[in-house]
Amino acid sequence: MMGPVDYLLLLADLLVEICCLVCLLRKRVFSQHFTIVLYLCASIAIGIGRYGVIGAVGFTSVAYHYFFYYSDALLTICLYFVLMNLYARVFSEMEISKFVRGGAMLLLAGTAGISYHMVAASTDKLVTHFVFELSQNLYFVGVLLTYLLWGAMMKMRENRTHLMQLVLSMGVYFSAFAGSYALGNMYPGLMVWRYVCHLMVMWLPLSWAYTFMKVPEDTRMATARVLAPNR
Amino acid sequence: MIAILIFGISALTLLQFFVSYSHSLIAESRGYELSEHGREIAGVTGRIVRSDQFRRLLQLIALCPEPGGDTGQVRAVSIYFGLLGLVRVLFGWIEPAVAGWIESERSGCAYVAAVMLDRRISYNRVLMARQMSAQL
Repeated sequence: MMGPVDYLLLLADLLVEICCLVCLLRKRVFSQHFTIVLYLCASIAIGIGRYGVIGAVGFTSVAYHYFFYYSDALLTICLYFVLMNLYARVFSEMEISKFVRGGAMLLLAGTAGISYHMVAASTDKLVTHFVFELSQNLYFVGVLLTYLLWGAMMKMRENRTHLMQLVLSMGVYFSAFAGSYALGNMYPGLMVWRYVCHLMVMWLPLSWAYTFMKVPEDTRMATARVLAPNR
Repeated sequence: MIAILIFGISALTLLQFFVSYSHSLIAESRGYELSEHGREIAGVTGRIVRSDQFRRLLQLIALCPEPGGDTGQVRAVSIYFGLLGLVRVLFGWIEPAVAGWIESERSGCAYVAAVMLDRRISYNRVLMARQMSAQL
């Protein structure tokens, strides 16, 4: 059953995303960071949709669970696009963005295939189980891709503060969600994560809004300072 | 088994990404010079802000209306500060060098808080000046 805290947190998630979108539009980075805008628009639309579904069929209904997990998988795919865009920016001088796009699409299809195989091998074969497994695996592949990108940035001595903060915030988000989905898999009845998830959802728009509003695009930072800032 | 593996790896990467993100915020704030007025209000002398001033700075930040967009940063740095406190309690006694490193990191967090307070003060001063000129 959903309480007032749940409704309040859902509303807060939505408001934070709208504020972030406004910040991005005010900064006129629409074309440069189209994938981020796309993700935010999708997230806002899905947030409104979730409200609608809860209002129509209730929080505990199967329909809401289907809607929640499938929309979550859709949002993760949108985040893959954001990640691809970041890859393209980091490797812009090497002109390998076509390969990055192709590789990411292959990985996406592979993850879906592996998730299906994992569920098909189990005894219950529930569709909801498939989408839960898919979300967990998508987030985990997101963690690995972000880690790979971060490693490449460190190796290439990438010093654009904007890029660094965008990649790191993505890493925090993917890791937190992959971990929480895995925890949900281990302990299905754990209720604490219901509230923690809402707070984690706010992380990305808040960190993006900060980066776009406060950090100038041309700011540079020595890579070593991020690894050990006070040395 | 796979869930345990995913959880373990995700927890480790989360820690690493979060620490690096906090470092990037600290490093970015280090380039910002605190204004005289901000120093006076924050009670800061010199370039180094002591870690024990962090809580007081947070209280002052809470008193200032926010210009928007820095709430996430305040929260991230507070979590990092708390995490360092926990590490100090758990491992600080093993090696004094660890305690020294933690202190310098916490002092970096306090500097970030001072910068945010300074930015909010400047924002409020601009707002007040606009209001005064509108009244005239």
